[in-house]
Amino acid sequence: MKRIKRGIHPEDRKEESKEERIKKIFPTRVILPLRQHTGSPSKPLVKVGDGVREGEKIAEASSFVSSPVHASISGKVTAIQKMPHPLGGEDLSIIIEGEKEKRENWENKDKDISSLSIEEIQDKIRQAGIVGLGGAAFPTHVKLTPPPDKPIDTVILNGCECEPYLTGDYRLMLERTFDCIYGLRIIMKTVGAKRGFIAIENNKPKAIALIKEKLKKEKNIKVVPLKTKYPQGAEKMLIYSILKKEVPSGGLPLDVGVVVNNVGTAVAISEAIRGDKPLIERVITVSGSGIRKKANLLVPLGTPFSYIIEECGGLKEEAKKVVMGGPMMGITQYTLDVPVIKGTSGILVLTEEETKKTNEEPCIKCARCLDHCPMGLLPTILAHLVKKEKWEELEKYHIMDCLECGCCSYVCPSKIPLVQLIKWGKLHLQEASLNKTS
Amino acid sequence: MKLFTISSPPHIFSKNTVSEIMGGVIIALIPVISASIYFFGLKAVTLIITCVGVSIASEYLFLKLRRKKIPREPSAIVTGLLLALVLPPSIPLWAAALGAAFSILIGKQIFGGLGYNIFNPALTGRAFLMATYPVLMTTWIQPFTFDAVTTATPLGLARFYSQSTPLLHLFLGNVSGSLGETSALAILIGAGYLFVKRYIDWRIPLAYLSTVFLLSGVFYLFNPHYSSPIFHLLSGGLMLGAFFMATDPVTTPLIKSGRWIFGIGAGIIVVIIRNLGGYPEGVMFSILFMNSITPLLNKYLPSRVYGVTK
Repeated sequence: MKRIKRGIHPEDRKEESKEERIKKIFPTRVILPLRQHTGSPSKPLVKVGDGVREGEKIAEASSFVSSPVHASISGKVTAIQKMPHPLGGEDLSIIIEGEKEKRENWENKDKDISSLSIEEIQDKIRQAGIVGLGGAAFPTHVKLTPPPDKPIDTVILNGCECEPYLTGDYRLMLERTFDCIYGLRIIMKTVGAKRGFIAIENNKPKAIALIKEKLKKEKNIKVVPLKTKYPQGAEKMLIYSILKKEVPSGGLPLDVGVVVNNVGTAVAISEAIRGDKPLIERVITVSGSGIRKKANLLVPLGTPFSYIIEECGGLKEEAKKVVMGGPMMGITQYTLDVPVIKGTSGILVLTEEETKKTNEEPCIKCARCLDHCPMGLLPTILAHLVKKEKWEELEKYHIMDCLECGCCSYVCPSKIPLVQLIKWGKLHLQEASLNKTS
Repeated sequence: MKLFTISSPPHIFSKNTVSEIMGGVIIALIPVISASIYFFGLKAVTLIITCVGVSIASEYLFLKLRRKKIPREPSAIVTGLLLALVLPPSIPLWAAALGAAFSILIGKQIFGGLGYNIFNPALTGRAFLMATYPVLMTTWIQPFTFDAVTTATPLGLARFYSQSTPLLHLFLGNVSGSLGETSALAILIGAGYLFVKRYIDWRIPLAYLSTVFLLSGVFYLFNPHYSSPIFHLLSGGLMLGAFFMATDPVTTPLIKSGRWIFGIGAGIIVVIIRNLGGYPEGVMFSILFMNSITPLLNKYLPSRVYGVTK
């Protein structure tokens, strides 16, 4: 079976939510930050007091690498102000208050892909505000506009969901199979790729079987079962596992003729094309030992964490950490007032027991971090150089190639915050190079 | 309002800890310790207790004087145990105590403690005793003898008296030698545990032992006057060194190619010293020498990074 080199096998904890069907929830107040994607923040088109309809564009893209924001519920704009943001700090957000009953009905029509032009598709995706839903939230229309000198031959649909606990992509593959495949076909057409792969880790046999069944007559699209191993779902890892190609250091998948998209993104694309529906909701997993009811939810963007946690029966006494995303790369939250954004793949409520870590000890050079680094870096040496502030040496050790997957910190017996130190080193170098150019 | 913990990811961790790894080495040494007590009786017990006791005490005192935190991990016990196991059973306890203090203070703490030392602490202590008390360090007794009837080790017998020792005795351990090195069987049981628990990497022991086997085989083929490769594998401190000292993570290379170089280099040194040098045994020197070039190997060996083409 195809797999990545090195990496780790954390306990996957998916059984806790994988049988929960996707359920809709209906908040009456949403907080929509203008920064929900990689790139420049969007610009508001509404004022306080305006009435808005679900799906209406309320902020427009400010540049090519940017994305519009749409009202995720119908109602009235009650404020445009700085609000706590799940990626940290505070950010300008549009707050809408509405009523539970008023929900739009988005209908998906049958649309023949061959009747659509590439420009039409790219425009629809851009207008719909679709960004990568795997977590990085990179505007999808940019990814689907490869430069003419970089021909794309392969599209990989990423259904690995290699972060423990998360099951949203799994449920989408089971419940929205048609849209996953339709979205993949749209992407293939747009970038001119001849072949498509749907990559699924082998801890999801039901999804593998179901999609294989649906693709029986398909010649150009193949399901690729992959060995369950973290971080299998990282773009660079997927490309290596499936195609045995390496994305050059500092480059992008399109440098090796590949575009990788998440299954959630494919579903959003399908809905934008077939139903003219903008990206106003997404599937998230709510899990962890600190929450009463585990669930996979279809939530309007902007829904506050507090509302979702109430819907899931509330926090348990032992709840200690609230994480947006998975336990390996997710971001801890200090308040439940933060909203779900386009890049929110899950909300985890972890207990002391689940997130236990012993005190930091000196490095004993056991080399577990090297043996598990999927990129082949030397994390303990990088971390040591960062601690000693030897910035100029870091680049020799290829620090900028770090995926920040966290395998090194996970395996370290001395519990040294390796990936945190490495991120700090990267940040320092980025700032230093910015200062040099300006 | 409920307060949540804020931290940088990841939020889950493997259960490995330094204490667990060091504790694992202690568990893996149980068969070796048992064999040493079986063969050398009370001498083994007092020697082990002395070395471990002095190791713990000197680490404690040193850190107290420097006003540093006393670590909770048991690496000082490991150092004490390993030192006891590489000393002659008949060594006076005061000399063993001196060696243990040297191991901890000069071998480990003076560099900054666990993780920072360049040389294997137990072997540093042994090298110190070898230099200061060469007679005590080369006086050997037979197993099951309670009065010191001095004898030579199988390696010494082979080197200086051209006498061979039955291989089965070497394998089981009823021969003279350092406290814990005589029984290959006991060492292999402990090594098996270390491998199963993944506490050690197989590269160095494999490279080390096969180099000794092949190179001593070459000597043996050209001149059967030299000992056979099997004899080389089973005699002296090679097994103990290969599985318990050349695998010490702190003093061996990080990068895998470096571990191969370490093992092969140490193997070559052992055979050269044993067959051509003035000493009958060379395991200690081979490991200490390779320890000394480990920082260089870590610094200059290339490692392959994804997407980087040279």
